[in-house]
Amino acid sequence: MKTIRIGTGAGFSGDRIEPAVDLAEKGDLDYLVFECLAERTIALAQQAKMHDPNAGFDPLLERRMRAVLKICREKGVRVISNMGAANPVAAAKHTIKIARELGLSGLRVAAVQGDNVLDVLSPDEFVIEDTNCTLGAFDKDVISANAYLGAAGIVDALHAGADVVLTGRAADPAMFLAPQIFEFGWRMDDWTRLGRGTLVGHLLECGGQVTGGYFADPGLKDVPDLANLGFPIAEVDEYGNAIITKLPGTGGFVNAATCKEQLLYEVHDPKRYIQPDVIADFSAVEITEVGPDRVAVSNGNGLPKTGSLKVSIGYIDSCVGEGQISYAGPGASQRGQLALDILRQRIDQIGIDCDEVRGELIGVNSIFKDVAATDCAPSEVRVRFVVRTGDMQTAARIGEEVESLYLNGPAGGGGVTKSSREIVAIVSGLLPEDRLTTRFEMMEA
Amino acid sequence: MQLRDIAHSRTGDKGNISNISVIAYRPEDWPVLLEQVTAKRVRDHFGALIAGEVVRYELPQIGALNFVMYEALGGGVTRSLALDPHGKCLSSRLLTLPIDMQG
Repeated sequence: MKTIRIGTGAGFSGDRIEPAVDLAEKGDLDYLVFECLAERTIALAQQAKMHDPNAGFDPLLERRMRAVLKICREKGVRVISNMGAANPVAAAKHTIKIARELGLSGLRVAAVQGDNVLDVLSPDEFVIEDTNCTLGAFDKDVISANAYLGAAGIVDALHAGADVVLTGRAADPAMFLAPQIFEFGWRMDDWTRLGRGTLVGHLLECGGQVTGGYFADPGLKDVPDLANLGFPIAEVDEYGNAIITKLPGTGGFVNAATCKEQLLYEVHDPKRYIQPDVIADFSAVEITEVGPDRVAVSNGNGLPKTGSLKVSIGYIDSCVGEGQISYAGPGASQRGQLALDILRQRIDQIGIDCDEVRGELIGVNSIFKDVAATDCAPSEVRVRFVVRTGDMQTAARIGEEVESLYLNGPAGGGGVTKSSREIVAIVSGLLPEDRLTTRFEMMEA
Repeated sequence: MQLRDIAHSRTGDKGNISNISVIAYRPEDWPVLLEQVTAKRVRDHFGALIAGEVVRYELPQIGALNFVMYEALGGGVTRSLALDPHGKCLSSRLLTLPIDMQG
């Protein structure tokens, strides 16, 4: 029976590059997929593109492509990635430039487009689910709108002979589903296989999170050689059943426990994992260890797709100012608490217009608030004071007030840091899929 | 005894919703999870950390529960002022849930 081998080259935008090179060289892969696009990254990339029409793609594309492109060409590995971000065409052009510099004449790079729907959305019809209002009634500065595309555009590009396929916003599992559809000739209404292919994609999309990353808890869950963590490989057959594995000699492990944690990662109802191409059903999935670092995954299922695509709207939400200062030794918590009380009083006195204020002690209650607080006195605490406000000038005042605790606050405060930032946030809604057109542009080195 | 003695866990995030898996290390502990790790107990254990409801899904064939917790991430990952806006640390809190192995 025909099987294909798909590897993960990155599970998030800042992921390590060395394990991807390892996979390209020794993985005997057919496809290497780089998932690099976080929820708000594309909104930030859209801002960059507004300033420079040749910008707006992943800043790490240069390093990743230089690291793997030549090896992938030699070994016949095709590359799929959403590193196109807000500008897949510019990303493809840049990849062509790198390919030429590396002497990879004839390399074919496709840019998949259609996810940018900012001009497609109707202000009167499109409903933002978070606020339950229409786009037209949303009183924020909207900077981007991107639909989560399914596999079709990538499949078309593979049919046309692309060696590298670059997308903007695509559903993460769809980047892994696409080569399965292409290689096995699955129909786009074969819901069972599309569901299984999505399951494979979901297990692979976070890279090292299925090979022992994000898993270790010393003494309870020990992971071997985590420093050399290897990225995952799926061996998939034409029915969509798969073995999840990794390269021999790399760190980490693949076992039932790592696969189960990843199976449920960011999943709500396991019967309805909603994707552009299918509603995947993970509720009856079976996970079986079949060898060292080899786990069989079967019995995934699927239901007909909804016909709607999720759209992420990026907008400028607010400005946030933050300052931190440490206290240590006896009475550290009390001095930290006194600092927080002083800060609240001072921003009130000087009349800072705050939409939200958060003051906490790192080491005491910054993560679990006071739900998990204990009586034990920490040997050190770090005051964290954060304020949401309307403009950057006001936001900057917050860090200044924290800094002034040096001379005007409790004894022994040290190590102030301060920052202010504009928050680009995301809301979302649904768009009927027939409102957009997916297409690709092919370039050759 | 705490939940972390018999189960492992991972948190995921979508907008203002957090989900937490609870997975039995050993199949024989699955009935304990099913009986003692209820949506209500989970809701109570998180207290003020979660504003909305908690829904539980069961996956008996892999010995796992999945909790979906609404209004759990300070208004949403991309705008939250929290130090841990994704709620990545929440699974570690859930694993301190007391478990009675006699019961």
